[in-house]
Amino acid sequence: MSLMKTMLTTSALAVSLSFAGAALAQDYQPDPNAKPGGNIIVTYKDDVATLDPAIGYDWQNWSMIKSLFDGLMDYVPGTTELRPGLAESYDVSDDGMTFTFHLRPGVKFHNGREMTAEDVKYSLDRVTNPATQSPGAGFFGSIMGYDAMADGSASELSGVEVVDPATVKITLSRPDATFLHVMALNFASIVPKEAVEKWGADFGKHPVGTGAYKLADWTIGQQLVFAKNTDYWRAGVPYLDQITFEVGQEPIVALLRLQKGEVDVPGDGIPPAKFEEVMNNPAEKARVVEGGQLQTGYITLNVKMPPFDNLKVREAVNMAINKKRITQMINGRAIPANQPLPPSMPGYIKDYKGYSFDDAAAKKLLAEAGFADGFTTELYVMNTDPNPRIAQAIQQDLKAIGITAEIKSLAQANVIEAGGAGKAPMIWSGGMAWIADFPDPSNFYGPILGCAGAGEGGWNWSKFCDPEIDAEATKADSFTDPADPKRLAMWSDVYAKVMEQAPWVPVFNEQRYTMKSERMGGADNLYVDPVSIPVNYDYVYVTK
Amino acid sequence: MLAYLARRLIQAALILLGVSFITFFLLYVLPADPVRQIAGRSATAQTVENIRHQLGLDQPFVVQYWRYLVGLVQGDMGRSYLQKTDVATLIMARLPATLLLMLGAIVAELVIGLTLGIIAAIRRGGALDQTLMITSFVAVSAPQFVVGLLLLYVFAVKLSWFPIGGYGSFSNLVLPALTLGIMGSGWYSRMMRSSMIDVLRSDYIRTARAKGLRRSRVLVLHAMPNAILPIIAMIGIDIGIFMSGIVVVESVFGWPGIGQLAWQAIQRVDIPIIMGVTLVSACAIVLGNLIADMITPFIDPRIKLR
Repeated sequence: MSLMKTMLTTSALAVSLSFAGAALAQDYQPDPNAKPGGNIIVTYKDDVATLDPAIGYDWQNWSMIKSLFDGLMDYVPGTTELRPGLAESYDVSDDGMTFTFHLRPGVKFHNGREMTAEDVKYSLDRVTNPATQSPGAGFFGSIMGYDAMADGSASELSGVEVVDPATVKITLSRPDATFLHVMALNFASIVPKEAVEKWGADFGKHPVGTGAYKLADWTIGQQLVFAKNTDYWRAGVPYLDQITFEVGQEPIVALLRLQKGEVDVPGDGIPPAKFEEVMNNPAEKARVVEGGQLQTGYITLNVKMPPFDNLKVREAVNMAINKKRITQMINGRAIPANQPLPPSMPGYIKDYKGYSFDDAAAKKLLAEAGFADGFTTELYVMNTDPNPRIAQAIQQDLKAIGITAEIKSLAQANVIEAGGAGKAPMIWSGGMAWIADFPDPSNFYGPILGCAGAGEGGWNWSKFCDPEIDAEATKADSFTDPADPKRLAMWSDVYAKVMEQAPWVPVFNEQRYTMKSERMGGADNLYVDPVSIPVNYDYVYVTK
Repeated sequence: MLAYLARRLIQAALILLGVSFITFFLLYVLPADPVRQIAGRSATAQTVENIRHQLGLDQPFVVQYWRYLVGLVQGDMGRSYLQKTDVATLIMARLPATLLLMLGAIVAELVIGLTLGIIAAIRRGGALDQTLMITSFVAVSAPQFVVGLLLLYVFAVKLSWFPIGGYGSFSNLVLPALTLGIMGSGWYSRMMRSSMIDVLRSDYIRTARAKGLRRSRVLVLHAMPNAILPIIAMIGIDIGIFMSGIVVVESVFGWPGIGQLAWQAIQRVDIPIIMGVTLVSACAIVLGNLIADMITPFIDPRIKLR
């Protein structure tokens, strides 16, 4: 997956402003071998939480919601390349502050009504309304009138204007390079007002959208059935007649069932304990698709807590961790990292050296910091495999330079709480590691390394906050074009400066592995789609 | 009898109140913030506070607990934080599956336990007896997670006699019911053995044999009914034991009952569901014990309920 390249194409789209998008939409060539029909079975361990696009925010319902709903913007299947969705095209004003979206005519909701500009306005007002309790409301912060919505003093976004039934004009209060990506998030999906009002709080159980599939049945605790939307506005897709999501299936059981041909895609992936066995079997390995993902696993060092308030100590820890050994521990399912951004993210610094693994130098730094005899600290970790094992490896590495780290292995919610409250000196992020919401370097900064996330309860567990770096980040996001090389260079600089302060030990970037049944067809990149996990349901098909 | 029942019901209500208070309190002091779970990682501080306020989680403990109780009395168990659905709906959708699994487990444990117990009693002291009693000891001590995976691997994966997990038909029920019932069958075989031995030693059995009745007839018609009756009363207590087992068994077999619901809710700090399932389980245990106590006088008229 060449994200750099795709992002450059995206920049072409944004720079040439109008109608460039419409040309791009035809760039995706549907698979000539694809044939319509068939039902597939996808399994999950956990219940599906909700299918309300304003609320759903986990890796299980994200791709489901993507297939039930559409937003103004979308991604080319299997890539991170933006393409128009319900907007056929759009114009951007020269200052990058006003976006005019021209809606696709004749798009119908699952209830048969035609989608109009009023629905776009309603949907954006709804997701930013505090009463909706959307976890994604903050993404829309650059739309004019957002602050008044957030504090409850307005009930409509003043920046969203219905020009005519087929045109919506969105005005921003500040330039936002990521705005088109935000419009492609599930949170920006277009919903019909009458259905939302009919079901009220239960809309998430009775979703009505414009997507490729509609919800046909939901038996709580057992299964969900998606049926093909025969009126879908994109011609020719989806291929499948039906998708059955069976819930309550342990990953290990799902794998056994897949091996017997009873399951097509195990949604939770290959269980770590079985990974080697699967990959050593050529027939099974052939059905595993590997891909990169926009993910970084890291150790946070709480810069507000002695002795990690001392830069030399943080540098020493960075040099003490044997990242290669850790990737080996998880069967090589990841590549060692030296900076916050994953390699396929624009802004990644290719020639960055980072802190090399060097115990002697680390010990020397500790001694300079006044900890020649080391010290005792705590390492928080989520209690599911392989994280406690990784924590033990980190513990051993630290021991080698004289640091005694006591492992605190807790449930996810407890680790998040300790991290947010700033009570954890060190946290291994495994199981809660950052995965990008959208393919832009800014997404790895604000909530996890910026001042915004460093407050009480925030996800910035190092509590790292450098106002100068924050200012540079804000400046980088004020560009009109997200892929402007100058902007990306600024972001590279932001992350290089962050690493100089060493609030994190970037450990690895995890690879993604999707297993599928023999009959599943479609290009490999549909099975490691960066935005639809595990697979892009709209474009995969079955061969028998 | 009625006075006894009334007293027991009042006791039951108090027990449930106590359970609800303790559970609510433990969840309140838990070092995990449900609002963070709802709001997700990208939420702004404003969004987090807004959600906290709307759910009333910014209120003091006493107020939160009182609101919960008031809702409960009106039949409102609250809404799941993450599934955004009424807890009562979620539990009702899954309760039949759990009850079916329990029924299956009761049948399994009785059939296996009683049969083994009777055989052991007849052959008491012999090699077969000892083997069976060791087996029952293993059955009692084996972790259900291991038993479940073992049964799944042998009978579903290797032999393909049963489906690998799932719900809906009798064949789906066999393995989970067996897993859940196997522990109880260990207990029952031991109880049945000693109960049977006691009965076989009693005078009326000797009389029956002395009358010249066949050994098999004495065993089946005279000894077994009397040996089994005291054991039947134990089934009520089993319900409590099952409640702890269903969490594991339902997860292993993908059985869509309330145990699975509880497990998911615990991981995601979905407090209304945890409360709901705990209270339903507590009700089941209290009722089970009550039924066990109510049955006893019918089995043994010497016992009177006061």
